[in-house]
Amino acid sequence: MLLGDIAHVRTGDKGDLSQFSVIAFDPADYPRLLAAVTVPRVLAHLAGLRVRQATRYALPGLGALNFVLEGALSGGVTRSLALDAHGKSLGAQLLDLPIDDALRVEDAE
Amino acid sequence: MRPEPIRIGAGAGFAGDRIEPALELVEQGDLDFLVFECLAERTIAAAQQLRQSDPHGGFDPLLLERMRRVLPAARARGVRIVTNAGAANPVGAAHAVAALARDMGLQGLRIAAVTGDDVLDLVRGAEHPLIDRPGTSADLARIVSANAYLGAGPIADALAQGAEVVITGRVGDPALFVGPMVHAFGWSLDDAPLIGRATVIGHLLECAGQLTGGYFADDGRKQVPGLARLGFPFAEVSADASAVLGKVAGSGGALTLASCKEQLLYEILDPGAYAQADVVADFRSVRFAELGPDRIAVSGGDGRQRPDALKVSIGYDDGFIGEGQISYAGPGAVGRARLAAAIVEERLAIIGAPVTELRSTLIGLDSVDRTGRPPEVDPREVRLRVVGRAATAEAAALIGREVEALYTNGPFGGGGATAAVRPVLAVASTLIPAAQVRPAITLVEA
Repeated sequence: MLLGDIAHVRTGDKGDLSQFSVIAFDPADYPRLLAAVTVPRVLAHLAGLRVRQATRYALPGLGALNFVLEGALSGGVTRSLALDAHGKSLGAQLLDLPIDDALRVEDAE
Repeated sequence: MRPEPIRIGAGAGFAGDRIEPALELVEQGDLDFLVFECLAERTIAAAQQLRQSDPHGGFDPLLLERMRRVLPAARARGVRIVTNAGAANPVGAAHAVAALARDMGLQGLRIAAVTGDDVLDLVRGAEHPLIDRPGTSADLARIVSANAYLGAGPIADALAQGAEVVITGRVGDPALFVGPMVHAFGWSLDDAPLIGRATVIGHLLECAGQLTGGYFADDGRKQVPGLARLGFPFAEVSADASAVLGKVAGSGGALTLASCKEQLLYEILDPGAYAQADVVADFRSVRFAELGPDRIAVSGGDGRQRPDALKVSIGYDDGFIGEGQISYAGPGAVGRARLAAAIVEERLAIIGAPVTELRSTLIGLDSVDRTGRPPEVDPREVRLRVVGRAATAEAAALIGREVEALYTNGPFGGGGATAAVRPVLAVASTLIPAAQVRPAITLVEA
Protein backbone atom coordinates (compact mmCIF):
# COMPACT_ATOMS: atom_id res chain seq x y z
CA MET A 1 0.00 0.00 0.00
CA LEU A 2 1.22 3.52 -0.84
CA LEU A 3 0.35 6.79 0.85
CA GLY A 4 -1.62 7.95 -2.21
CA ASP A 5 -3.99 4.99 -1.75
CA ILE A 6 -5.26 6.28 1.58
CA ALA A 7 -4.46 9.98 1.74
CA HIS A 8 -4.20 13.19 -0.24
CA VAL A 9 -1.64 15.95 0.03
CA ARG A 10 -1.55 19.73 -0.52
CA THR A 11 1.67 21.75 -0.55
CA GLY A 12 2.17 25.41 0.34
CA ASP A 13 5.07 27.75 1.05
CA LYS A 14 6.02 30.61 3.34
CA GLY A 15 9.36 32.27 2.81
CA ASP A 16 12.01 29.57 2.97
CA LEU A 17 9.78 26.84 4.35
CA SER A 18 7.63 24.28 2.66
CA GLN A 19 4.42 23.06 4.23
CA PHE A 20 2.23 20.14 3.29
CA SER A 21 -0.83 18.49 4.72
CA VAL A 22 -1.41 14.75 4.55
CA ILE A 23 -5.13 13.99 4.88
CA ALA A 24 -6.80 10.58 5.15
CA PHE A 25 -9.54 9.98 2.56
CA ASP A 26 -11.22 7.86 5.22
CA PRO A 27 -10.73 9.16 8.77
CA ALA A 28 -10.45 5.51 9.86
CA ASP A 29 -7.03 5.45 8.20
CA TYR A 30 -5.72 8.29 10.37
CA PRO A 31 -3.88 5.93 12.79
CA ARG A 32 -2.03 4.49 9.77
CA LEU A 33 -0.88 7.99 8.82
CA LEU A 34 0.18 8.67 12.37
CA ALA A 35 2.31 5.52 12.38
CA ALA A 36 3.73 5.58 8.87
CA VAL A 37 4.07 9.23 7.90
CA THR A 38 6.69 10.35 10.38
CA VAL A 39 9.27 13.09 10.05
CA PRO A 40 12.17 10.62 9.61
CA ARG A 41 10.29 8.61 6.97
CA VAL A 42 9.26 11.78 5.07
CA LEU A 43 12.83 13.08 5.08
CA ALA A 44 14.19 9.71 4.01
CA HIS A 45 11.69 9.59 1.13
CA LEU A 46 12.64 13.11 0.03
CA ALA A 47 16.33 12.29 0.25
CA GLY A 48 17.31 14.97 -2.25
CA LEU A 49 15.80 17.74 -0.14
CA ARG A 50 17.89 19.79 2.24
CA VAL A 51 15.97 20.82 5.34
CA ARG A 52 17.03 22.81 8.41
CA GLN A 53 14.26 21.56 10.66
CA ALA A 54 11.11 19.49 10.21
CA THR A 55 8.01 19.50 12.40
CA ARG A 56 4.84 17.41 12.29
CA TYR A 57 1.52 18.63 13.69
CA ALA A 58 -1.30 16.14 14.32
CA LEU A 59 -4.94 17.02 13.66
CA PRO A 60 -6.92 13.96 14.77
CA GLY A 61 -10.26 15.77 14.40
CA LEU A 62 -9.60 16.24 10.67
CA GLY A 63 -7.76 12.95 10.14
CA ALA A 64 -4.77 14.96 9.00
CA LEU A 65 -1.10 15.67 9.61
CA ASN A 66 0.64 18.94 8.84
CA PHE A 67 4.34 19.06 8.01
CA VAL A 68 6.55 22.13 8.13
CA LEU A 69 9.98 21.82 6.52
CA GLU A 70 12.14 24.83 7.36
CA GLY A 71 14.85 25.82 4.93
CA ALA A 72 13.41 23.54 2.23
CA LEU A 73 13.07 26.17 -0.50
CA SER A 74 16.75 26.99 -1.12
CA GLY A 75 16.61 30.49 0.34
CA GLY A 76 12.93 31.17 -0.21
CA VAL A 77 10.49 31.50 -3.07
CA THR A 78 11.54 35.02 -3.99
CA ARG A 79 15.27 34.32 -4.42
CA SER A 80 15.44 30.59 -5.10
CA LEU A 81 17.23 29.29 -8.18
CA ALA A 82 15.01 26.20 -8.26
CA LEU A 83 12.73 25.56 -11.24
CA ASP A 84 9.80 25.03 -8.86
CA ALA A 85 10.69 27.83 -6.46
CA HIS A 86 7.45 27.39 -4.49
CA GLY A 87 8.02 23.67 -4.07
CA LYS A 88 4.45 23.11 -5.29
CA SER A 89 5.46 19.74 -6.72
CA LEU A 90 6.99 18.55 -3.47
CA GLY A 91 4.02 17.05 -1.62
CA ALA A 92 2.97 14.97 -4.61
CA GLN A 93 6.31 13.14 -4.42
CA LEU A 94 5.20 11.71 -1.10
CA LEU A 95 2.30 9.82 -2.65
CA ASP A 96 4.44 6.72 -3.22
CA LEU A 97 5.66 6.56 0.36
CA PRO A 98 5.10 2.92 1.35
CA ILE A 99 2.50 2.38 4.07
CA ASP A 100 3.28 -0.76 6.01
CA ASP A 101 0.69 -1.91 8.52
CA ALA A 102 3.49 -3.44 10.58
CA LEU A 103 4.38 0.14 11.57
CA ARG A 104 2.81 1.04 14.88
CA VAL A 105 2.13 4.43 16.37
CA GLU A 106 4.27 3.48 19.36
CA ASP A 107 7.22 2.94 17.02
CA ALA A 108 6.75 6.38 15.54
CA GLU A 109 6.77 8.21 18.84
CA MET B 1 -32.19 41.02 17.12
CA ARG B 2 -30.37 38.31 15.22
CA PRO B 3 -28.73 39.70 12.09
CA GLU B 4 -29.29 37.85 8.83
CA PRO B 5 -26.35 35.88 7.41
CA ILE B 6 -24.18 37.61 4.83
CA ARG B 7 -22.65 36.18 1.68
CA ILE B 8 -19.03 36.87 0.80
CA GLY B 9 -17.57 35.66 -2.48
CA ALA B 10 -13.93 35.06 -3.38
CA GLY B 11 -13.34 36.74 -6.74
CA ALA B 12 -9.60 36.17 -7.12
CA GLY B 13 -6.99 34.12 -5.29
CA PHE B 14 -3.90 35.68 -6.87
CA ALA B 15 -2.98 38.64 -9.05
CA GLY B 16 -3.36 36.84 -12.35
CA ASP B 17 -6.52 34.90 -11.51
CA ARG B 18 -9.38 34.35 -13.98
CA ILE B 19 -11.94 37.14 -14.17
CA GLU B 20 -15.14 35.33 -15.31
CA PRO B 21 -15.70 33.42 -12.03
CA ALA B 22 -16.00 36.73 -10.16
CA LEU B 23 -18.63 37.99 -12.60
CA GLU B 24 -20.47 34.69 -12.27
CA LEU B 25 -20.48 35.12 -8.48
CA VAL B 26 -21.77 38.69 -8.70
CA GLU B 27 -24.52 37.81 -11.18
CA GLN B 28 -25.64 34.49 -9.71
CA GLY B 29 -24.13 34.19 -6.22
CA ASP B 30 -26.57 36.47 -4.37
CA LEU B 31 -23.54 38.14 -2.76
CA ASP B 32 -23.28 40.97 -0.29
CA PHE B 33 -19.50 41.30 -0.65
CA LEU B 34 -16.91 40.27 -3.25
CA VAL B 35 -13.21 40.02 -2.36
CA PHE B 36 -10.29 40.09 -4.78
CA GLU B 37 -7.05 38.84 -3.19
CA CYS B 38 -4.31 39.92 -5.58
CA LEU B 39 -1.11 40.46 -3.62
CA ALA B 40 1.62 37.84 -3.39
CA GLU B 41 4.61 38.26 -1.09
CA ARG B 42 6.82 40.14 -3.48
CA THR B 43 4.14 41.78 -5.68
CA ILE B 44 4.16 44.89 -3.52
CA ALA B 45 7.93 45.30 -3.86
CA ALA B 46 7.61 45.25 -7.64
CA ALA B 47 4.68 47.68 -7.37
CA GLN B 48 6.76 50.03 -5.24
CA GLN B 49 9.37 50.18 -8.01
CA LEU B 50 6.62 50.91 -10.56
CA ARG B 51 5.37 53.75 -8.39
CA GLN B 52 8.84 55.26 -8.30
CA SER B 53 8.77 55.57 -12.09
CA ASP B 54 5.06 56.56 -12.24
CA PRO B 55 3.55 58.31 -9.18
CA HIS B 56 0.05 57.39 -10.40
CA GLY B 57 0.98 53.72 -10.79
CA GLY B 58 2.07 51.05 -8.36
CA PHE B 59 -1.22 49.22 -8.05
CA ASP B 60 -2.23 45.88 -9.59
CA PRO B 61 -2.27 46.36 -13.38
CA LEU B 62 -5.29 44.03 -13.67
CA LEU B 63 -7.37 45.99 -11.12
CA LEU B 64 -9.05 48.23 -13.68
CA GLU B 65 -9.88 45.29 -15.96
CA ARG B 66 -11.47 43.42 -13.03
CA MET B 67 -13.44 46.51 -12.05
CA ARG B 68 -14.56 47.20 -15.61
CA ARG B 69 -15.99 43.68 -15.79
CA VAL B 70 -17.76 43.46 -12.42
CA LEU B 71 -18.66 47.02 -11.38
CA PRO B 72 -21.91 47.44 -13.33
CA ALA B 73 -23.39 44.17 -12.06
CA ALA B 74 -21.99 44.69 -8.56
CA ARG B 75 -23.47 48.16 -8.26
CA ALA B 76 -26.82 47.09 -9.66
CA ARG B 77 -27.05 44.35 -7.03
CA GLY B 78 -25.53 46.25 -4.14
CA VAL B 79 -22.46 43.98 -3.95
CA ARG B 80 -19.61 45.78 -2.20
CA ILE B 81 -16.03 45.00 -3.24
CA VAL B 82 -12.93 44.62 -1.08
CA THR B 83 -9.49 44.13 -2.63
CA ASN B 84 -5.81 44.42 -1.74
CA ALA B 85 -5.01 45.29 -5.38
CA GLY B 86 -3.98 48.77 -4.26
CA ALA B 87 -0.53 47.24 -3.70
CA ALA B 88 1.96 50.11 -3.29
CA ASN B 89 -0.56 52.85 -4.13
CA PRO B 90 -4.12 52.30 -2.80
CA VAL B 91 -4.99 56.01 -3.11
CA GLY B 92 -3.83 56.09 -6.73
CA ALA B 93 -5.85 52.95 -7.36
CA ALA B 94 -8.95 54.53 -5.81
CA HIS B 95 -8.64 57.58 -8.08
CA ALA B 96 -8.14 55.34 -11.12
CA VAL B 97 -11.23 53.28 -10.25
CA ALA B 98 -13.21 56.51 -9.73
CA ALA B 99 -12.19 57.71 -13.19
CA LEU B 100 -13.14 54.35 -14.67
CA ALA B 101 -16.52 54.43 -12.89
CA ARG B 102 -17.25 57.90 -14.28
CA ASP B 103 -16.37 56.69 -17.78
CA MET B 104 -18.80 53.80 -17.31
CA GLY B 105 -21.61 56.05 -16.13
CA LEU B 106 -21.38 54.90 -12.52
CA GLN B 107 -21.32 58.41 -11.04
CA GLY B 108 -21.26 58.69 -7.28
CA LEU B 109 -19.52 55.36 -6.67
CA ARG B 110 -17.79 55.62 -3.30
CA ILE B 111 -14.30 54.18 -3.12
CA ALA B 112 -12.11 53.97 -0.02
CA ALA B 113 -8.34 53.54 0.04
CA VAL B 114 -6.79 52.00 3.14
CA THR B 115 -3.21 53.12 3.77
CA GLY B 116 -0.75 52.90 6.62
CA ASP B 117 0.75 49.51 5.73
CA ASP B 118 3.78 51.20 4.13
CA VAL B 119 6.34 51.27 6.95
CA LEU B 120 9.44 51.78 4.81
CA ASP B 121 10.45 54.88 6.78
CA LEU B 122 10.22 52.93 10.05
CA VAL B 123 12.26 50.03 8.76
CA ARG B 124 14.94 51.94 6.86
CA GLY B 125 17.87 52.92 8.99
CA ALA B 126 16.79 50.76 11.92
CA GLU B 127 17.95 47.29 12.86
CA HIS B 128 14.90 45.05 12.98
CA PRO B 129 15.71 41.37 13.64
CA LEU B 130 14.56 39.16 10.77
CA ILE B 131 12.15 36.38 11.72
CA ASP B 132 12.74 34.02 8.80
CA ARG B 133 16.54 33.89 8.90
CA PRO B 134 19.48 35.10 11.00
CA GLY B 135 20.38 38.79 10.84
CA THR B 136 18.60 42.12 10.84
CA SER B 137 16.99 44.43 8.30
CA ALA B 138 20.24 46.43 8.25
CA ASP B 139 21.92 43.46 6.50
CA LEU B 140 19.64 43.93 3.48
CA ALA B 141 21.60 46.32 1.28
CA ARG B 142 18.97 47.70 -1.04
CA ILE B 143 15.52 47.74 0.58
CA VAL B 144 12.76 48.83 -1.83
CA SER B 145 9.63 48.26 0.24
CA ALA B 146 8.42 47.42 3.72
CA ASN B 147 4.77 46.72 4.37
CA ALA B 148 3.00 45.70 7.56
CA TYR B 149 0.16 43.20 7.46
CA LEU B 150 -2.83 45.27 8.62
CA GLY B 151 -5.93 43.76 10.18
CA ALA B 152 -9.66 43.92 9.43
CA GLY B 153 -10.36 47.13 11.39
CA PRO B 154 -9.72 49.73 8.69
CA ILE B 155 -11.68 47.68 6.12
CA ALA B 156 -14.70 47.50 8.44
CA ASP B 157 -14.35 51.24 9.12
CA ALA B 158 -14.24 52.04 5.41
CA LEU B 159 -17.41 50.02 4.84
CA ALA B 160 -19.06 51.81 7.77
CA GLN B 161 -18.23 55.09 6.06
CA GLY B 162 -20.27 53.94 3.08
CA ALA B 163 -17.54 52.72 0.72
CA GLU B 164 -18.82 50.51 -2.08
CA VAL B 165 -15.27 49.58 -3.08
CA VAL B 166 -12.46 49.25 -0.52
CA ILE B 167 -8.90 49.15 -1.89
CA THR B 168 -6.03 48.26 0.41
CA GLY B 169 -2.34 47.60 0.18
CA ARG B 170 -0.89 44.88 2.40
CA VAL B 171 -3.38 43.40 4.85
CA GLY B 172 -3.53 39.85 6.15
CA ASP B 173 -5.40 37.91 3.45
CA PRO B 174 -8.13 36.63 5.84
CA ALA B 175 -8.72 40.22 7.00
CA LEU B 176 -10.13 41.05 3.55
CA PHE B 177 -13.02 38.74 4.51
CA VAL B 178 -13.13 39.41 8.25
CA GLY B 179 -13.53 43.16 7.58
CA PRO B 180 -16.96 42.79 5.93
CA MET B 181 -18.08 40.40 8.70
CA VAL B 182 -17.05 42.82 11.42
CA HIS B 183 -18.90 45.61 9.62
CA ALA B 184 -22.06 43.61 8.95
CA PHE B 185 -22.40 42.05 12.40
CA GLY B 186 -20.97 44.87 14.50
CA TRP B 187 -18.46 42.52 16.10
CA SER B 188 -15.75 43.70 18.44
CA LEU B 189 -12.26 42.93 17.16
CA ASP B 190 -11.39 42.21 20.80
CA ASP B 191 -13.62 39.11 20.81
CA ALA B 192 -10.74 36.75 20.05
CA PRO B 193 -12.70 33.45 19.80
CA LEU B 194 -15.18 35.06 17.38
CA ILE B 195 -12.48 36.71 15.25
CA GLY B 196 -10.57 33.41 15.32
CA ARG B 197 -13.57 31.62 13.79
CA ALA B 198 -14.03 34.43 11.26
CA THR B 199 -10.35 34.08 10.34
CA VAL B 200 -10.95 30.40 9.56
CA ILE B 201 -13.62 31.42 7.04
CA GLY B 202 -11.42 34.11 5.53
CA HIS B 203 -8.51 31.72 5.25
CA LEU B 204 -10.68 29.12 3.49
CA LEU B 205 -11.82 31.70 0.91
CA GLU B 206 -8.62 33.65 0.29
CA CYS B 207 -7.29 31.42 -2.51
CA ALA B 208 -10.63 31.42 -4.32
CA GLY B 209 -10.72 28.37 -6.66
CA GLN B 210 -8.36 26.37 -4.46
CA LEU B 211 -11.38 25.70 -2.23
CA THR B 212 -13.66 24.52 -5.02
CA GLY B 213 -11.43 22.00 -6.77
CA GLY B 214 -8.50 23.99 -8.12
CA TYR B 215 -5.02 22.70 -7.16
CA PHE B 216 -6.73 19.42 -6.25
CA ALA B 217 -7.38 17.14 -9.24
CA ASP B 218 -5.25 14.04 -9.64
CA ASP B 219 -6.30 11.74 -12.42
CA GLY B 220 -7.52 8.43 -11.07
CA ARG B 221 -7.42 9.52 -7.44
CA LYS B 222 -9.29 12.83 -7.23
CA GLN B 223 -11.66 13.74 -10.06
CA VAL B 224 -12.82 17.32 -10.49
CA PRO B 225 -15.27 18.16 -13.29
CA GLY B 226 -15.16 21.35 -15.32
CA LEU B 227 -11.85 22.90 -14.24
CA ALA B 228 -11.92 25.16 -17.32
CA ARG B 229 -15.09 26.70 -15.88
CA LEU B 230 -14.04 26.46 -12.23
CA GLY B 231 -16.58 28.19 -9.99
CA PHE B 232 -15.16 30.30 -7.15
CA PRO B 233 -16.53 29.88 -3.62
CA PHE B 234 -18.73 31.98 -1.40
CA ALA B 235 -19.44 31.70 2.31
CA GLU B 236 -22.81 32.38 3.87
CA VAL B 237 -21.62 33.64 7.24
CA SER B 238 -23.80 33.73 10.34
CA ALA B 239 -23.46 36.14 13.23
CA ASP B 240 -21.76 33.43 15.34
CA ALA B 241 -18.99 33.10 12.71
CA SER B 242 -20.09 29.72 11.48
CA ALA B 243 -20.61 29.46 7.73
CA VAL B 244 -21.94 27.43 4.86
CA LEU B 245 -19.59 27.28 1.88
CA GLY B 246 -20.95 27.02 -1.64
CA LYS B 247 -20.47 27.86 -5.28
CA VAL B 248 -22.79 28.91 -8.11
CA ALA B 249 -24.96 26.03 -9.40
CA GLY B 250 -23.73 24.78 -12.76
CA SER B 251 -20.21 26.15 -12.39
CA GLY B 252 -17.23 23.80 -12.70
CA GLY B 253 -15.20 22.33 -9.90
CA ALA B 254 -16.17 20.46 -6.76
CA LEU B 255 -16.53 21.71 -3.21
CA THR B 256 -15.99 18.69 -0.97
CA LEU B 257 -14.89 17.74 2.52
CA ALA B 258 -11.52 16.80 1.05
CA SER B 259 -11.02 20.10 -0.79
CA CYS B 260 -12.01 22.03 2.36
CA LYS B 261 -9.57 20.12 4.58
CA GLU B 262 -6.75 20.72 2.11
CA GLN B 263 -7.42 24.43 1.95
CA LEU B 264 -7.85 24.76 5.73
CA LEU B 265 -4.26 23.60 6.21
CA TYR B 266 -2.84 25.34 3.12
CA GLU B 267 0.20 27.39 4.10
CA ILE B 268 -0.57 26.94 7.78
CA LEU B 269 2.42 26.22 10.02
CA ASP B 270 1.24 25.51 13.58
CA PRO B 271 -2.53 24.90 13.20
CA GLY B 272 -2.94 25.93 16.84
CA ALA B 273 -1.35 29.33 16.35
CA TYR B 274 -2.12 31.14 13.11
CA ALA B 275 -0.96 34.67 13.91
CA GLN B 276 -2.76 37.57 12.27
CA ALA B 277 -2.93 41.28 13.13
CA ASP B 278 -6.27 40.87 14.96
CA VAL B 279 -5.98 37.44 16.55
CA VAL B 280 -3.96 34.27 16.98
CA ALA B 281 -6.36 31.79 15.44
CA ASP B 282 -6.57 28.13 16.39
CA PHE B 283 -7.72 25.80 13.59
CA ARG B 284 -7.57 22.53 15.52
CA SER B 285 -11.27 22.43 16.42
CA VAL B 286 -12.54 23.30 12.93
CA ARG B 287 -15.05 20.77 11.56
CA PHE B 288 -16.70 20.36 8.17
CA ALA B 289 -20.05 18.75 7.39
CA GLU B 290 -21.46 17.99 3.94
CA LEU B 291 -24.96 19.46 3.65
CA GLY B 292 -25.41 18.54 -0.02
CA PRO B 293 -23.55 18.62 -3.32
CA ASP B 294 -21.08 21.55 -3.24
CA ARG B 295 -22.45 22.71 0.11
CA ILE B 296 -20.22 22.36 3.16
CA ALA B 297 -20.85 23.69 6.65
CA VAL B 298 -17.83 24.91 8.58
CA SER B 299 -17.88 25.36 12.33
CA GLY B 300 -15.45 25.59 15.20
CA GLY B 301 -12.10 27.26 15.45
CA ASP B 302 -10.93 29.50 18.21
CA GLY B 303 -8.75 32.51 18.87
CA ARG B 304 -6.48 34.09 21.41
CA GLN B 305 -5.47 37.68 22.03
CA ARG B 306 -3.75 39.38 19.10
CA PRO B 307 0.05 39.71 19.00
CA ASP B 308 1.63 43.04 20.06
CA ALA B 309 3.66 43.13 16.86
CA LEU B 310 2.73 43.13 13.19
CA LYS B 311 4.52 41.08 10.57
CA VAL B 312 6.34 43.19 8.00
CA SER B 313 7.46 42.01 4.56
CA ILE B 314 10.62 43.74 3.40
CA GLY B 315 11.29 43.69 -0.33
CA TYR B 316 14.90 44.13 -1.36
CA ASP B 317 16.93 44.15 -4.53
CA ASP B 318 18.93 40.91 -4.55
CA GLY B 319 20.81 41.05 -7.84
CA PHE B 320 20.03 38.93 -10.88
CA ILE B 321 19.37 35.33 -11.87
CA GLY B 322 20.66 34.15 -15.23
CA GLU B 323 19.41 31.01 -16.90
CA GLY B 324 19.78 28.97 -20.05
CA GLN B 325 17.95 25.88 -21.29
CA ILE B 326 18.45 23.43 -24.17
CA SER B 327 16.79 20.11 -25.09
CA TYR B 328 18.20 16.73 -26.11
CA ALA B 329 16.29 13.70 -27.38
CA GLY B 330 16.74 10.14 -28.53
CA PRO B 331 19.08 7.42 -27.24
CA GLY B 332 21.80 8.90 -25.05
CA ALA B 333 19.89 12.15 -24.48
CA VAL B 334 20.72 12.18 -20.77
CA GLY B 335 24.43 11.64 -21.41
CA ARG B 336 24.59 14.45 -23.97
CA ALA B 337 22.71 16.81 -21.65
CA ARG B 338 25.14 16.05 -18.82
CA LEU B 339 28.09 16.63 -21.16
CA ALA B 340 26.52 19.94 -22.17
CA ALA B 341 26.20 20.97 -18.52
CA ALA B 342 29.85 20.19 -17.87
CA ILE B 343 30.89 22.24 -20.92
CA VAL B 344 28.87 25.27 -19.80
CA GLU B 345 30.31 25.10 -16.29
CA GLU B 346 33.87 24.84 -17.63
CA ARG B 347 33.27 27.69 -20.07
CA LEU B 348 31.99 30.01 -17.33
CA ALA B 349 35.13 29.22 -15.33
CA ILE B 350 37.41 29.85 -18.35
CA ILE B 351 35.91 33.26 -19.09
CA GLY B 352 35.89 34.13 -15.37
CA ALA B 353 32.16 34.86 -15.28
CA PRO B 354 31.30 36.41 -11.89
CA VAL B 355 28.40 34.06 -11.18
CA THR B 356 27.66 32.14 -7.98
CA GLU B 357 25.48 29.20 -6.94
CA LEU B 358 25.69 27.78 -10.46
CA ARG B 359 23.56 24.67 -10.80
CA SER B 360 22.59 22.37 -13.65
CA THR B 361 19.52 20.14 -13.64
CA LEU B 362 17.76 18.04 -16.24
CA ILE B 363 14.09 18.85 -16.68
CA GLY B 364 12.32 15.50 -16.91
CA LEU B 365 14.82 13.87 -14.58
CA ASP B 366 15.95 15.82 -11.53
CA SER B 367 14.82 19.44 -11.75
CA VAL B 368 11.86 19.30 -9.36
CA ASP B 369 12.14 15.73 -8.06
CA ARG B 370 13.55 15.61 -4.54
CA THR B 371 13.48 11.88 -3.88
CA GLY B 372 16.92 11.53 -5.42
CA ARG B 373 15.87 8.25 -7.01
CA PRO B 374 17.15 7.37 -10.50
CA PRO B 375 14.47 6.98 -13.18
CA GLU B 376 13.26 3.46 -13.98
CA VAL B 377 13.39 4.13 -17.72
CA ASP B 378 15.87 6.28 -19.65
CA PRO B 379 13.79 9.29 -20.78
CA ARG B 380 13.32 9.89 -24.52
CA GLU B 381 13.98 13.58 -23.98
CA VAL B 382 15.43 15.86 -21.35
CA ARG B 383 15.99 19.59 -21.11
CA LEU B 384 19.12 20.98 -19.52
CA ARG B 385 18.59 23.98 -17.27
CA VAL B 386 21.63 25.93 -16.10
CA VAL B 387 20.98 28.70 -13.60
CA GLY B 388 23.06 30.94 -11.36
CA ARG B 389 23.19 34.21 -9.49
CA ALA B 390 25.07 37.40 -10.35
CA ALA B 391 25.34 40.97 -9.11
CA THR B 392 24.72 42.50 -12.52
CA ALA B 393 22.44 41.72 -15.45
CA GLU B 394 25.47 41.59 -17.75
CA ALA B 395 27.14 38.86 -15.69
CA ALA B 396 23.89 36.91 -15.34
CA ALA B 397 23.46 36.98 -19.13
CA LEU B 398 26.70 35.03 -19.60
CA ILE B 399 24.98 31.85 -18.42
CA GLY B 400 22.32 31.87 -21.13
CA ARG B 401 24.86 32.91 -23.72
CA GLU B 402 27.07 29.91 -22.97
CA VAL B 403 24.04 27.61 -23.18
CA GLU B 404 23.08 29.05 -26.57
CA ALA B 405 26.68 28.57 -27.74
CA LEU B 406 26.12 24.82 -27.28
CA TYR B 407 24.24 24.88 -30.61
CA THR B 408 27.51 24.91 -32.56
CA ASN B 409 30.07 24.12 -29.85
CA GLY B 410 28.38 21.44 -27.74
CA PRO B 411 27.12 17.86 -28.10
CA PHE B 412 25.12 16.90 -31.18
CA GLY B 413 21.37 17.39 -31.41
CA GLY B 414 20.82 20.21 -28.95
CA GLY B 415 17.65 22.15 -29.76
CA GLY B 416 15.36 24.87 -28.54
CA ALA B 417 17.91 26.85 -26.57
CA THR B 418 16.60 29.76 -24.55
CA ALA B 419 18.32 32.37 -22.39
CA ALA B 420 16.87 34.59 -19.70
CA VAL B 421 17.92 37.16 -17.13
CA ARG B 422 15.66 38.45 -14.39
CA PRO B 423 16.13 40.89 -11.54
CA VAL B 424 15.49 39.37 -8.12
CA LEU B 425 13.18 41.14 -5.71
CA ALA B 426 13.54 39.06 -2.60
CA VAL B 427 11.45 39.24 0.55
CA ALA B 428 12.50 39.02 4.19
CA SER B 429 10.22 39.30 7.21
CA THR B 430 10.45 41.19 10.46
CA LEU B 431 8.11 42.42 13.21
CA ILE B 432 7.34 45.93 14.34
CA PRO B 433 5.22 47.07 17.29
CA ALA B 434 1.57 47.34 16.22
CA ALA B 435 1.26 50.68 18.00
CA GLN B 436 3.71 52.24 15.50
CA VAL B 437 1.42 51.46 12.57
CA ARG B 438 -1.40 53.94 11.89
CA PRO B 439 -3.95 52.82 9.28
CA ALA B 440 -5.84 55.59 7.50
CA ILE B 441 -8.79 55.81 5.13
CA THR B 442 -9.13 58.10 2.10
CA LEU B 443 -12.58 58.37 0.49
CA VAL B 444 -12.92 59.14 -3.21
CA GLU B 445 -16.19 59.57 -5.11
CA ALA B 446 -16.68 58.96 -8.79
